[in-house]
Amino acid sequence: MNKKINKPSEKDFNSPYEFGFETDIETVFAPKGLNEDVVRFISDKKEEPKWLLDWRLDSYNRWLKMKEPDWSSLRYPKIDYQDAYYFSAPKEIEKPKSLDEVDPKLIETYNKLGIPLKEQEWLAGVAVDAVFDSVSLGTTFKEKLKEDGVIFCSFSEAVKEHPEIIKKYLGTVVPNSDNFFATLNSAVFSDGSFVYIPPGVTCPMELSTYFRINAAGTGQFERTLLIADEDSYVSYLEGCTAPMRDEHQLHAAVVELVALKGAEIKYSTVQNWYPGDEKGKGGVYNFVTKRGDCRGDNSKISWTQVETGSAITWKYPSCILKGDNSSGEFHSIAISNNYQQVDSGTKMLHLGKNTKSRIISKGVSSGSSSNTYRGQVNIHPKSENSRNFTQCDSLLLTGNCSATTIPYVESKNKTSTIEHEATSSKISEDQLFYCLQRGLDEEEAIALIVNGFCKEVLQKLPMEFAVEAQKLLEISLEGSVG
Amino acid sequence: MSGNLLEINDLHVNAGDKEILKGLNLSIPFNEIHAIMGPNGSGKSVLSNVLSGNEDYKVTSGQIIFKNKNITELKPNEISNLGLFMAFQYPLEIPGVTIMNFLKTIHEANRRANGLEVLGPSDFLKYVREKAEILGINDEVLKRQLNVGFSGGEKKRNETLQLLVLNPVLTILDETDSGLDVDALDIVSDGIVGMKNEENSFLVITHYRKLLDKLSPSKVHILVDGRIVESGGPDLADKIENKGFESFN
Ligand SMILES: Nc1ncnc2c1ncn2[C@@H]1O[C@H](COP(=O)(O)OP(=O)(O)OP(=O)(O)O)[C@@H](O)[C@H]1O
Ligand SMILES: [Mg+2]
Repeated sequence: MNKKINKPSEKDFNSPYEFGFETDIETVFAPKGLNEDVVRFISDKKEEPKWLLDWRLDSYNRWLKMKEPDWSSLRYPKIDYQDAYYFSAPKEIEKPKSLDEVDPKLIETYNKLGIPLKEQEWLAGVAVDAVFDSVSLGTTFKEKLKEDGVIFCSFSEAVKEHPEIIKKYLGTVVPNSDNFFATLNSAVFSDGSFVYIPPGVTCPMELSTYFRINAAGTGQFERTLLIADEDSYVSYLEGCTAPMRDEHQLHAAVVELVALKGAEIKYSTVQNWYPGDEKGKGGVYNFVTKRGDCRGDNSKISWTQVETGSAITWKYPSCILKGDNSSGEFHSIAISNNYQQVDSGTKMLHLGKNTKSRIISKGVSSGSSSNTYRGQVNIHPKSENSRNFTQCDSLLLTGNCSATTIPYVESKNKTSTIEHEATSSKISEDQLFYCLQRGLDEEEAIALIVNGFCKEVLQKLPMEFAVEAQKLLEISLEGSVG
Repeated sequence: MSGNLLEINDLHVNAGDKEILKGLNLSIPFNEIHAIMGPNGSGKSVLSNVLSGNEDYKVTSGQIIFKNKNITELKPNEISNLGLFMAFQYPLEIPGVTIMNFLKTIHEANRRANGLEVLGPSDFLKYVREKAEILGINDEVLKRQLNVGFSGGEKKRNETLQLLVLNPVLTILDETDSGLDVDALDIVSDGIVGMKNEENSFLVITHYRKLLDKLSPSKVHILVDGRIVESGGPDLADKIENKGFESFN
């Protein structure tokens, strides 16, 4: 008898990269390479005030003295930082005033991605600040948000319209000396999003940003700053996907969150950048610094992420629990396939009293990928009665892949507790056969089992995003019945 | 062409190097209930698994014909979508997947494979509730993770729910009655009797006469050491109950 259930490896997440296309819009480049002139060029293009240029230059000079980190488990060819462009913008839309002025081709691109801007405006009630390459295209729902005093705009716009807020908060969570990639970003960041929620305001809608990498060889250096003033609430959604290409693309974003007294920020990400082909060629290098500062008492920040893309992922969304009774959460699904490498996790830094943190990490590895969870929990001597709970589960779909859990824990206060649980499992042949006997094919069976494995985290996503995440995990109608 | 729903011809099956089924013959016509009884380790579950396409077992010779189609080489999901269902002796757990979601997923796969339209969420919900009610399964249970934390008997009930939802042509019950209490046995067997119609057949594997009394099979087969050693009417079950399998060796 010559029938064989293929090992899950070959097929699972191998659907050809769905969004592998690019638009052929002319691009304006800054000169190739990185030096002070390029930093000035970027700042000049954006008509930035002098203090910001100085900050960029300071960052650049710090960066020159820094070394690329080598402590992660990631292996990749040396990046030639002089062989990339640090600024590009679609030519015809350097300063779009409304969506109508936007090149229809761009809109088409978004449509192919399943993000019909126009429809989303009135269908989902989601305000969209879409980033094409480095320049923000259009911001919708501004009027509605304005009524509540919520500011949601591109970073460049905020620099012009609200320089005092930017000046007050920029670099206060992730300083421009923080790490190699964050410092690089501080020097050359292109654009990104800015959010300010005034005191006592519950943001009336989920704020959503779609990122997209496009121009060849363009480093992407997004900068996001989100401030939730006292007793406010905001849920922010970030999603991205990139066109298929051969060349590695460097991405080094920085996200800074500030939660003041009693404020709550929910930050959700679905990340689906080009992971490279089945042989490991191409794909995005993703070096991201995301950090949230629970600056005020009783504040709360939660990160939820679904990571399926990128050739290389280096990412540790973190929380600084400064305020008393503040809490931080990290819920993560990281899926790796083929030759993808993921080194991701979180840091929870407990400084205030009665602070709480909760970490749920689900890693799914397939192909020859490697998937490392790296998590740090630190409880400061003055952080009394604080608690951390960490749970890391990995699911292996093939014998070739690897999953590693590296927890660093340190408690300097005896009244505080740290709990860590880790499991590692494989999809059993019996489970697969059970699903197959019920009529599912292998891919459907694996998607179902993976979906179940990730459920705890998927449930944390806002509805709008859960749908996309489910699509990414190839799962069917979970939650629509019952 | 034969008038049988299932025909097994001289089936030899290995688990690893060991031959488990040693020339097994069995025919089940349309619209009949057949039972298999046999000692522990005689190959009843192996037979169920092989019929379902489990490639842990190697068919070294012989044929399995289902709906006049040679299914010996088919994959488990292909066989399933032709209308063969096996209720597992030891049902598996699928953490994080609710019973409702599982039912919806398998029902859709089944409909699609057969070129039928998929039911909308509310129609499906209604359909499932109907079946669940027969088995005394409520909404709260449907929201639980499949077989996770369920007792042995409850798992068998979940299997039966899947059976009613998929409504297959041929059902293999591998000791579905084992582990059921008296009341549950009534509920489950009533459910199965209610499902029986002219177009389907059952192969019931059991150690107990009780289920057979309820289902009144047209034939009972005795499986010993990888072969059907005797076939007869329901009275065969009495003989086993009284004398055990000794006399068949
Ligand atoms: N995967 C396997 N590898 C090796 N041997 C196996 C395997 N599966 C089953 N066997 C052997 O095949 C024989 C038949 O097993 P099977 O499970 O079919 O018994 P059964 O008739 O269903 O018994 P029971 O009444 O206890 O359920 C047993 O000796 C068993 O140990
Ligand atoms: Mg058995």
